[in-house]
Amino acid sequence: MSVKRIIQRLLFLVLVIWAASTITFFIPRLSPKNPVRERFNQLAMTGGFNPADLEVIIASYNTMFGLDKPLLVQYWIYMSHVVKFDMGVSFNKYPRTVMQLIMDALPWSIALLFVTTLLSFVIGNLLGAVAAWPRSPNWMRMIATPFVLLMGVPPVIMGVLLLFFVAFRLKFLPLGNAYSTDMIPNFTSPAFLWDVFKHMILPGLALILGTIGGWVLSMRGMGVTIQGEDYVLFAEHKGLGGWAIFKDYYLRNALLPQVTGLGLALSTMVVSAIIVEGQFGLPGLGRVLQQAIQSNDFQVIYGVVIFITIAVATLMAVIELIYPLMDPRIRQE
Amino acid sequence: MTTLAISQPEVIQPDRLTLLFRYFRRNKSLAIGLFLVLMLTAFTVNGMLTINIKHAYPLSVKPKQPPSAQFPLGTDFFGRDLYPAMVVGLWQTALIGVLAGGMGTLIGVVLGFTSAYFGGFADSGIKGICQILTPIPPFLIQVILAGSLDKRAVTVYTMAFIVVLLSWMGPTLVIRSQVLSMKERQFVSVAKLSGMGDIGIIFSEIMPNLLPFIAASFVGQVFSAVFASFYLAVIGLGPLREPLLGNTIWSAQSQGAFFNGWWWWPIFPALAMVLILGSLALINMGLDELSNPRIRKTE
Repeated sequence: MSVKRIIQRLLFLVLVIWAASTITFFIPRLSPKNPVRERFNQLAMTGGFNPADLEVIIASYNTMFGLDKPLLVQYWIYMSHVVKFDMGVSFNKYPRTVMQLIMDALPWSIALLFVTTLLSFVIGNLLGAVAAWPRSPNWMRMIATPFVLLMGVPPVIMGVLLLFFVAFRLKFLPLGNAYSTDMIPNFTSPAFLWDVFKHMILPGLALILGTIGGWVLSMRGMGVTIQGEDYVLFAEHKGLGGWAIFKDYYLRNALLPQVTGLGLALSTMVVSAIIVEGQFGLPGLGRVLQQAIQSNDFQVIYGVVIFITIAVATLMAVIELIYPLMDPRIRQE
Repeated sequence: MTTLAISQPEVIQPDRLTLLFRYFRRNKSLAIGLFLVLMLTAFTVNGMLTINIKHAYPLSVKPKQPPSAQFPLGTDFFGRDLYPAMVVGLWQTALIGVLAGGMGTLIGVVLGFTSAYFGGFADSGIKGICQILTPIPPFLIQVILAGSLDKRAVTVYTMAFIVVLLSWMGPTLVIRSQVLSMKERQFVSVAKLSGMGDIGIIFSEIMPNLLPFIAASFVGQVFSAVFASFYLAVIGLGPLREPLLGNTIWSAQSQGAFFNGWWWWPIFPALAMVLILGSLALINMGLDELSNPRIRKTE
């Protein structure tokens, strides 16, 4: 891949991030809802505010956050903050900044997302490949079908079902949260880590089972196409063993397009992980977002959205840039 | 010379219904998917005719009752009877799905045709916007959109609108690529040479050939619209008063339904959602087979 292609791809990434942050800026400003007013109305419902005072307070906050300036000036200020990854402060957890909230939550989200994506991708693709491979035993070919049926069950619903059957009925695993309430968070004690692991099984399983069907199905389709290719036929006539053909000729070539698929599926995976986190009460980005939505903490909502968008777009670009390293045919172009 | 009358065996032309059934026997996923949708529709229509709609809203029945003869699906913490809530929820889910799916497909068809058939400036513009928007997770923008609306202003219709705003890119690109390949076919050139206008070619030459694709992309759009509105509702951005399936699961989980032992509250909407999404996925797979003869199975 030429330097020109890389630069082109990076420029496109910048364009995507710019579009995302512009949309995130303008949509809320087009609505008549003022975040400051909204927040104070919520506070005022609990009492203790004189309506006239409230107007003064809101006006002063508007000045403080620059909400009384012309739209384009606001846009300029906002963009210069986004460039510096400065998403402002949380209304609700002041004086903590949005970035601090995100950074606290990020390790949980990355751990969950990384492990589940990896397992779902690897297991799903192996199952799909085996299901399409004409020499696999019959029971192995059948094994893919139930996984394809899982396509209709998104991770969140899988979460509800798992919670009901495994945690509620059988009482095998905890019903939610990241660790038991009587535990003191301490990442060096094995007892605590074991407790966290037990709490992570169900959300992880929900994500894996909710996304694996797509991999099985697309890999099976890919496998069927690859079998008809000349080089597989050639390898067979050369007298290569079944395992060598499967590993080097069939799986390797069928996996390449799946990596592109991984880039495309990334945004769905991230969104699913966020919702499942909120559902199970894990202290990841999902819960930050959900709490912000419930308490009208707009800065946090916008900050989390921009952050995730940038992360997803960057990861997609990285996958695209790595791809030629795996597929020599593209490298030579 | 005598003429020999060869007795012709009578050709048995099966009537259309038999042919349809034969096709369904071959294309099982389409048949099962359509059957499930039919059952769901029957359940909803029957429910809409028999229930008291008021009971689907809070403070109408005794709260926290497990399923029984009186309340087939139980009642929730807020005093909704969950059977009418399920009926209304299914109806509203279908409404969002069909509205948003229909609008998304329509936009996709119009933009896809404009982009591919006329090319040039329109094409690069539409394609460029689609490409820039595709890497941005639509759900996150939907969160911002729904979050910017006044909570009381969020209705089933605004939900459908929010979903449409970010879901037309997929069908646009699909239809565009199909039209691009269709446009170079010989019958289009013949039509052009014989003096047919652009509108005529689009509607009477290209469109009929694309109908299976448009149908498949409609089903796909309904699927993603149902999915997107469900996700928005599950995270608490739905129309809070309505018993939309996602809303019910959201309120159940935010009230700690499982911790408190009210298992029936979230579980039935989740199962209903599995049926809806599963049947749509099956129909989509079936339509794929219909429009792509290469993967069509023989009996």
